[in-house]
Amino acid sequence: MDETRLVERARAGDFDAFEELVTRTEGRIYSLLLRMTGNPEDARELLQETYLSAYKKLGSFRGNAAFSTWLYRIATNHALMRLRRKQPETVSWEELPLPSHEEIRQRGVSDWAVDPKEALLRREIRELLVRAIQDLPPLYRAVVLLRDVEGLSTADTAKILGTTEGAVKTRLHRARIHLREKLSPYFADGEERGGRAVIP
Amino acid sequence: MTRKLTCKEILEQLSAYIDEELDPSICAEIEAHMEGCNPCVAFLNTLKKTVVLYKYSAEGDEVPREVHIDLHRFLREKCAQDEGE
Repeated sequence: MDETRLVERARAGDFDAFEELVTRTEGRIYSLLLRMTGNPEDARELLQETYLSAYKKLGSFRGNAAFSTWLYRIATNHALMRLRRKQPETVSWEELPLPSHEEIRQRGVSDWAVDPKEALLRREIRELLVRAIQDLPPLYRAVVLLRDVEGLSTADTAKILGTTEGAVKTRLHRARIHLREKLSPYFADGEERGGRAVIP
Repeated sequence: MTRKLTCKEILEQLSAYIDEELDPSICAEIEAHMEGCNPCVAFLNTLKKTVVLYKYSAEGDEVPREVHIDLHRFLREKCAQDEGE
C-alpha cells in the first residue's frame, strides 16, 4: 500500500496503518537520532517520543509534505530539545570556529588516498565519522545530518529547522569544512597528516 | 576585465560548487582558478570526499531488534491509552 493511503488510514484511526508507517520509517529516524545524540539510550527514548508525538499530531499533518520529512521535523525537534536540556549553557550552538584560509595554507593541503566506499567498510572509519559529527554544535550537526547523510533538500532542511535556506547553506559549508579538518589527519598523504599540531 | 577570484574566495564557494548551486559564470571562474592552483584542487577533492563519506556513512544502518520491539510495544500501549481517554 502506498504511503499516502497509509497516512489517510492512520489519520482515520487505523493503528495498524500507523504501525506500518512506523516500520517503514524507523530505520532512518533512529539513525538520525543516534547521530544527533551520539548515545544509543537517548536515541531509543527519542525514537519513542518521536512516534508518540507523530501519532498525536496526525490530525495536523498536511499531505503537501512527505510523511518522512514531517517525521524528520518532529525527531529533530525532540533531539534538539533534549540536547539543550543536557548541555551546559557554555556550549555554543551558533559558533563554529574554523581555521582561517591562512592557517589552511600554512598547513599545506594534500589529497586523500582514500576510496570512500572502501573506507566505510572499516569499523574505525565509521566510528571516526560519528565522532567528528559529535564535535559540531547541535544546529550544524542537524544540518549536515539532514542534508548530507539523509539526503534532504536545502528547502526541506530549512523547513525542518525553522530557518532560512541561506542559513542552511552557510551552516552546511562550515560543518563540511570542520569535518574535513577532523578527517584530514587520518586520510591525508603528506603535510596534513599531523593535523593541527604542525601549525607553527 | 573582471578581477580574478582569490583562493580565499574560492574556499567560501566550494560547498555551493559541489552542490551545483552556483551560476555557470562563477563555476567557470572556479574551474579556471583550479587549473593553476593545486592546493585548491586538493581542498576541493578532499571536501568532496568528506561529503561522499558522510553520504554513505549511514547506509545499512538498522534499528537494533530490541529497540524495534520496545518501540512497537510502547506505541501499542500509549496509543491504546490515548484512544481510551
